[in-house]
Amino acid sequence: MTEEKFQKRIDAEQKIEPKDWMPDAYRKHLIRQISQHAHSEVIGMQPEGNWVTRAPSLRAKMILLAKIQDEAGHGLYLYSACETLGISRDELVQQLHDGKAKYSSIFNYPTLNWADMGAVGWLVDGAAIVNQVSLQRTSYGPYSRGMVRICKEESFHQRQGYEIMATMAAGTPEQKQMAQDALNRIWWPSIMMFGPHDADSPRSGNALKWKIKRQTNDELRQSFIDKTVAQAELIGLTIPDPDLKWNEETGHYDFGAMDWDEFWRVVKGDGPCNKQRLDHHKKAHKEGEWVRNAAKAYAKKQELLTV
Amino acid sequence: MDNLINYTLRIADNALILGQRMSQWCSNGPTLEEDIAMVNISLDLFGQANGFYEYASSIDGNKSADDFAFLRSEREYFNNLIVEQGNGHFGDTIVRNFLFDTYSVLFYTKLQNSSDDTLAALSSKSLKEAKYHLRHSSNWLIRLGDGTDESNKKVQKSLNDIWMFTGNLFEMDELDTDMLNKGIGIDNSLLKSEWDKKVNDTLSSAKLNRPEDGYMQTGSKEGIHTEHLGHLLSEMQFLQRAHPNAKW
Repeated sequence: MTEEKFQKRIDAEQKIEPKDWMPDAYRKHLIRQISQHAHSEVIGMQPEGNWVTRAPSLRAKMILLAKIQDEAGHGLYLYSACETLGISRDELVQQLHDGKAKYSSIFNYPTLNWADMGAVGWLVDGAAIVNQVSLQRTSYGPYSRGMVRICKEESFHQRQGYEIMATMAAGTPEQKQMAQDALNRIWWPSIMMFGPHDADSPRSGNALKWKIKRQTNDELRQSFIDKTVAQAELIGLTIPDPDLKWNEETGHYDFGAMDWDEFWRVVKGDGPCNKQRLDHHKKAHKEGEWVRNAAKAYAKKQELLTV
Repeated sequence: MDNLINYTLRIADNALILGQRMSQWCSNGPTLEEDIAMVNISLDLFGQANGFYEYASSIDGNKSADDFAFLRSEREYFNNLIVEQGNGHFGDTIVRNFLFDTYSVLFYTKLQNSSDDTLAALSSKSLKEAKYHLRHSSNWLIRLGDGTDESNKKVQKSLNDIWMFTGNLFEMDELDTDMLNKGIGIDNSLLKSEWDKKVNDTLSSAKLNRPEDGYMQTGSKEGIHTEHLGHLLSEMQFLQRAHPNAKW
């Protein structure tokens, strides 16, 4: 199949499946994007794991654990989707450890109080949902189907996060202060999760043409902000952006300038937790090596017994 | 009534403390699949703890389930010593859980016949989960014991190190005897021979040696614990203690 025929199938909204012909650049783009997404789910367990042992009620513990379990599960589906493109999970993890593959930069920020569990669910999962809802229509079949499953669970994550924020915002003065503090710290990194402005996003062209991506970074960001402002107002929290205001003409919120220097600094490795997150993952992987080896050795012995 | 509350708390505390230990594995497992499994086990255990604390709360009429879980001092927890032992490496966790899960399945199997309907119902629900947990820990024990030389040596040491906490599981005190006489509780000491048999079978499949029974540590029924529990509680209780009147 030629690239022209491939593009015709894309334009006709046909899904591309693992055994179909695809341009190398399409395959590469997908591996990069899906693995980044998988790594994000897995690294995202760390900032939440940071509070799981301190969750303040039995209910809060159970909800947070269920959420973390979902996320690890999402990581598994996504690694599997990525493996259909001809790369193994071991290779993907190696790329993460070598710094060749990225994960969402938001997880390079620390979770400093319990309200961060609320803000992460509400804003980080909220931003992820906007992106993932759009990706349900992505052109690669396994990725699209993975997204459909993932979206169902993510909306529960966002609701539980918002519930924590609402409870704390209505709680003691200290709780309200923690909630506002979490919003202040997590707001800007969350809206930067959608990536650079369209004009500065070099890879978007092909991704949109191939319908891997269905909406631009700026469109997705605007849709997230439009939804979130009223939610913050409802629980009496203030979004930390003095330039945020409703624009009658466009029918959207205008918002202030994002700090792209900070964004790129954190992406490139100088965020507060980049080193910690990667070191943690490497350490757990290394400490588990003898266990994986034992499981392999045992499986091999069993195979020999059944021959 | 006090005896029934305390008997219920002993069961709830085992689930709570082991649940807390298992939650510490989050993002630290040897594979992503194991991260999921261990977080799932933790979630089951907190669910069990919640059920038993809710029951204690309903008898007490004053304290909530969360009050019981988060606002007692170290001396007021009655979990068996084995569940509070640190996670150590993956093999240490598997051995600890295997020894406890084996007990737990036997315990709930008996307690589901309790004359107390709530304890019976909670036990029969918990039993289903405990069987899964036992399957998980036994399968791993066999893989690690019969895996590589390194893994065999490691889990043999885990087994030797934790063995002194197993006797505590089968103790009977006055409270247990009172509950037994009322048809509510069970005789822990009678679980021992079945436990021995099941443990021996799995250890033999795992090519591991059963340690000699030496002195067995005791104290949990009076709230005397190892040093590990205080640290676990101070972390778990932090927010509840720091913000006494807050709702979460």
